[in-house]
Amino acid sequence: MIKVQNIHKAFDANEALIDVSAEFYEAKTNLIIGRSGSGKTVLLKCLIGIFEPDSGEIWYGNDLFTALDSDQQRNFKQQMGVVFQGGALFDSLSVEQNIRLPLDFFTSWNREQKLDRVNFCLQMVHMTDSNRLFPAELSGGMKKRVAIARAIALNPKYLFCDEPNSGLDPQTSIVIDKLIREITVEFKITTVINTHDMNSVMEIGDNILFLEAGRKCWEGSREEILTSDNKELNDFVFASELMKKIK
Amino acid sequence: MGILNSLGRYLVFLRHIFSKPEKHSIYFRQIFREIDKLGVSSLGIVAIISFFIGMVVIIHMTANLGNPLIPTYYNSYTARDVLVLEFSSTVLCLILAGKVGSNISSEIGTMRVTEQIDALETMGINSAAYLVQPKIIGMMLTTPILVILSIFIGLIGGWVVSVAGHLMTSADYIHGIRYEYDSFKVVYTLIKSVVFAFLITSISAYFGYYTKGGALEVGRSSTLAVVYSMIMILVANYVITQIMLG
Repeated sequence: MIKVQNIHKAFDANEALIDVSAEFYEAKTNLIIGRSGSGKTVLLKCLIGIFEPDSGEIWYGNDLFTALDSDQQRNFKQQMGVVFQGGALFDSLSVEQNIRLPLDFFTSWNREQKLDRVNFCLQMVHMTDSNRLFPAELSGGMKKRVAIARAIALNPKYLFCDEPNSGLDPQTSIVIDKLIREITVEFKITTVINTHDMNSVMEIGDNILFLEAGRKCWEGSREEILTSDNKELNDFVFASELMKKIK
Repeated sequence: MGILNSLGRYLVFLRHIFSKPEKHSIYFRQIFREIDKLGVSSLGIVAIISFFIGMVVIIHMTANLGNPLIPTYYNSYTARDVLVLEFSSTVLCLILAGKVGSNISSEIGTMRVTEQIDALETMGINSAAYLVQPKIIGMMLTTPILVILSIFIGLIGGWVVSVAGHLMTSADYIHGIRYEYDSFKVVYTLIKSVVFAFLITSISAYFGYYTKGGALEVGRSSTLAVVYSMIMILVANYVITQIMLG
């Protein structure tokens, strides 16, 4: 479980996160939702150690992440897998080399063992036989799937996805959502997804945190969204005519 | 204040670059890749430029030292010193700052804006060390070799134009380039080239690594990397020359 306590983060005069507290649960898909500029990405980047919060605490189980120094954080990050918005695959490396990179760094496995693990991860994301392709040869959806394969290569305890469906068609988005859900449940990973895709919210949102102007505005499950009377949440979730009809 | 901030950040960046590698074997492999990518790929342009500069220098020397009281072999003797002392180290490294510096800065800058550096960091990899350390070591190993080649090719260029243009005899030319040979001058130019290689790679990587924004900023970082690398090469050239020859 990940526990965030009273996180505050500002960039000069702009307060991106104001006193945010939340919990993200194991084997659940935890979603952070909100408008653009609401602080979703800042919170996610605080969780993965790219931004350092100005105040507040982040706990991973019994480990206080915010108290670790940079070397300790670097070691701790081997337990994390991160899927970035654009995939962030290394252009000069093939699919196989991309997935193998964390294995090269942090395991003492031989070449065959690493290849087995790469192939297993590719199989998990339904991308077998794409080892020799380069990122430039992949579609947006394939890049995201390879990014997921790379993120799970070291068998992480925590998986973070920043807008995994951005730029994808609805069908591919559903495939990616289901994939993340399967991996989360199968490997009992604590997954945190940053999204503003309402389909994802309704499909896989076990635990949802709604941010508004840097503050936590609402927290609950996807079932509770439909019955919530929180005005900001309703304005955001049911902005379209279709969603209003669904409600 | 801005300059002090940048200098401080550059020094912190260097500390990250030279921190202990997570796995030596990976870094070792990367060094060979960088030697090929940054050094070997520069051979062509180094050869072409050096050959033509060698030809032009000897023409200048012949035109300006053309005096019956000065032996003709002085032309090639002077041309040799021009190539050894300044052209093949300083001018060549200024050219490499343009070619290699912009390459490094744009490559790392693009990795920054496409979150590839963040991806490395979240894997627990020291991105500065992994991306930059092999480049610095690769360039510091390769540049002195390029400088030696440049001197050699420049002298061949001079010989070609001397003989083909009837500026002097082949024997005079060879006598000139061997006349009062001082190996310390070669040591001096090699030391300079190692320092310049370090400056080119570290400064260019610094500008790429701290790029913020998108494609426009990557281009801007690349330009700044080349400009600052060139300025620092010229400053370092003066300092080293003052210390070693002054």
